[in-house]
Amino acid sequence: MRDVDATGPAPASEALTAPEHVRTTRVGVLRRQLQQFLAFASLIALILFFSIADDNFLTWSNITGILLSTAVIGILALGTTFVIVSGGIELSLGTGMTLAAVMTGVFLTNLGWPLLLGVVAGILSGAAMGLINGLNIAVLRIPPFIATLAMMLIAQGLALVISGTAPIYFTDVPGFTDISQGELIPGVDLPNAVLILFALTALGAIVLRKSLLGRYAFAIGSNEEAADISGIDVRRWKILIYTLSGVFMGIAGVVLAARLNSAQPALGLGYELQAIAAVVIGGTSLQGGKGSIVGTLIGALIVGTVTNGLRIMSIPQEWQTVIIGLVILVAVYTDNLRRGRDG
Amino acid sequence: MNAQLVRVDGVSKTFPGVRALSDVSLTLDAGEVHALVGENGAGKSTLMKILAGIHHQDEGTVAIDGRVVEIDSPTAAQDLGISIIHQELSLMPDLTIAENIFIGRERRRGFGLFVDDADLNRRARELFDHLGIALDPRAKVGSLLVAQQQVVEIAKALSFDARIIIMDEPTAALTESETHALFGLIGDLKRHGTGIIYISHRLEELAAVADRITVLRDGACVGTLAARDADLRQVVSMMVGRQLRGQTRPPSLPGDLPTVLEVRGLSTKSLLKDVSFSLRRGEILGFAGLMGAGRTEVARAICGADRTDGGEIFLSGRRVRVSSPADAARLGIGYLSEDRKRFGLMLDQDVAFNIVASDLRRHVNAAGLVRDDQVRQTARRYVETLSIRTPSIRQRTKHLSGGNQQKVVIAKWLARDCEVLIFDEPTRGIDVGAKEEIYSLLRTLADEGKAIIMISSELPEVLRMADRIAVMCEGRLTAVLDNADADQETIMTHATKLVPGGGVAA
Ligand SMILES: Nc1ncnc2c1ncn2[C@@H]1O[C@H](COP(=O)(O)OP(=O)(O)OP(=O)(O)O)[C@@H](O)[C@H]1O
Ligand SMILES: [Mg+2]
Repeated sequence: MRDVDATGPAPASEALTAPEHVRTTRVGVLRRQLQQFLAFASLIALILFFSIADDNFLTWSNITGILLSTAVIGILALGTTFVIVSGGIELSLGTGMTLAAVMTGVFLTNLGWPLLLGVVAGILSGAAMGLINGLNIAVLRIPPFIATLAMMLIAQGLALVISGTAPIYFTDVPGFTDISQGELIPGVDLPNAVLILFALTALGAIVLRKSLLGRYAFAIGSNEEAADISGIDVRRWKILIYTLSGVFMGIAGVVLAARLNSAQPALGLGYELQAIAAVVIGGTSLQGGKGSIVGTLIGALIVGTVTNGLRIMSIPQEWQTVIIGLVILVAVYTDNLRRGRDG
Repeated sequence: MNAQLVRVDGVSKTFPGVRALSDVSLTLDAGEVHALVGENGAGKSTLMKILAGIHHQDEGTVAIDGRVVEIDSPTAAQDLGISIIHQELSLMPDLTIAENIFIGRERRRGFGLFVDDADLNRRARELFDHLGIALDPRAKVGSLLVAQQQVVEIAKALSFDARIIIMDEPTAALTESETHALFGLIGDLKRHGTGIIYISHRLEELAAVADRITVLRDGACVGTLAARDADLRQVVSMMVGRQLRGQTRPPSLPGDLPTVLEVRGLSTKSLLKDVSFSLRRGEILGFAGLMGAGRTEVARAICGADRTDGGEIFLSGRRVRVSSPADAARLGIGYLSEDRKRFGLMLDQDVAFNIVASDLRRHVNAAGLVRDDQVRQTARRYVETLSIRTPSIRQRTKHLSGGNQQKVVIAKWLARDCEVLIFDEPTRGIDVGAKEEIYSLLRTLADEGKAIIMISSELPEVLRMADRIAVMCEGRLTAVLDNADADQETIMTHATKLVPGGGVAA
């Protein structure tokens, strides 16, 4: 620090502040990289652990299996990262996804629409639910937890009503299952669902980090009131954020339906919690203002890997769930440790 | 005669239970600095928020450039060329400095969907170069000290190239040199014909910066004077409606007071180096120094809010380990943060809740249920002792004026009954009348046998209150002076230069 003459008037060019910031910035950047690194390192550690524990773990077919089973949760988690970064929460992901799958079935199988149109309409039905969530939260000022809890129930019920509680099959829709099960890259044994997950991750990362929508999600999650008096149309951006999450919900519905070759109206509840778990494990703060898309992908992969690895080791389903719960605790606790007590 | 930029005419505003403004009128000319003063809760911020499009008046009109306008949103205010430095820092901690400054005004790329970050950082850089600010635009705002955040707020307001700038206590968190730098900027702005409404509780500043002074009291205009021939005492009595005592120095204390707190060799990784001092019963120890000297860090280290790298703390001769603020509170060390919004208050809770929060244990009955009648009683007592201006103890603290929020924080710690009280900038943003009350309160507490540390950037305040004065510079304690040996000059010398041979122990 320079000596400052504090008694005489200083010229305007006199520094308005002391240069302590340089340190803080570098530390900040390092910290952020460390966070990604930690999540990634634990993923690698998990993979190592399971491959030592079981020879069948590190086979190509098992890896694609993990990726395939991660795809749906992963896509849901990507969309809801935006919501959580903005300080909100989204509980209707699971059943909303189911309703979107059922609607896709209605459009393609029952109404016989062309493939592309039906799929787009299915995704839009997800977007519509997101839009309604956004309107309820931003315009009617219903707290996100409650608005999306209500939507969770509404979507669950509607999916059963519309489908008549029976699965809708896509056997008569040629090409539909290729959306998830096909392999776009010739010669590489990688299902499309996985490619979709990766493509959406890349897209989501750009949108969260670089776009206006992403920036304002961080702003709103960081200090909503400040965002408001800075002239940001908080309402409009919240609606858009939930709608975006709805789009991801719709895509997840289509991908799931294409993987199962059917829309299962009773499936879906509980996916939202796994998706939120993935987001949290990936280092996004439920308080809003902090988070990353790549972190979410890693979080989803961790959830997928643990589930798969435990299954290969023949650990019963019940215990798998318990262990996922523990993973969440460990992940968030280490994250807290890293951030220090005032995070 | 300069053009009239703003004309506020007969504006009134009522909040539930509070008449914040009644029939206020005010004008602002181009190239003028119009100071607005008044006690906490007088309505200054409310009037400014009306101009900034955050509140809307119930009655009266606002005219800009002679035309009556409706300012119904912050964006509308921006479009009219009005920008505001908010009293309560209103930045987004998780965003970078540059992102904060240009939020809502980002230049876009890629079909208008994407933020041009390079452009954002470049513009921030240019702005900072122009203003002489040495901050990295890419730093997260949350990692900055309060004073640095205040600088960012100021830069943000200036970045609008607004013709009308409202500054609501811009200097509250600044040191003297930074304040002077700001005055330099204000001078430049005036020459370019910008009109500035300037709110401050530091009345001494007004002579240096203001052209006219308007005094508000209880939401009404008491009068407007030319700053040139205004007498400070007159302004003060207009504000409070009575005469105040002048400045004094504390009488010297008896030499045989027992030591309550002793700190030896306190160090932290980031800043503090070998800080040692002792604090005696019944004494007020002032901490002076420039921003970033480490005064707040000392307080945070003592009360366990930050990790220390070395050093020992003794309470009444017994070595103690303090690893969290809760530990500290249990041991009888209370810390009143300089950043009340972040660390001091639960803004969504009411006044009573906040006052009693840290001491709820003593307000429960045998069954472990909270005794609301007692809570109310305690809360009322402190609202009265500190004259907290609130329509009721049920008012949410976020609706109190800044100064009254500060008093609630103080009340909270008083209710807790600590041996050692550390006040970090206790009078920031507090009006002269209330300042006097807080001074005499601190003195009373000391007389009752409490040991008090008072961190303050206002030297006159330190000189007036502290029995001894600890001066810090770059993380070291450079001097501990008896009040009788201290004056502004001595303190500044110790605050800006390291005494050869490192820290001086007390
Ligand atoms: N949103 C609100 N809801 C209810 N009451 C409010 C609100 N905003 C301000 N008030 C009340 O209006 C009065 C004027 O407050 P204001 O913030 O304008 O005071 P001020 O002059 O800026 O005080 P200070 O010097 O402490 O900042 C106070 O009594 C305050 O409690
Ligand atoms: Mg105010």
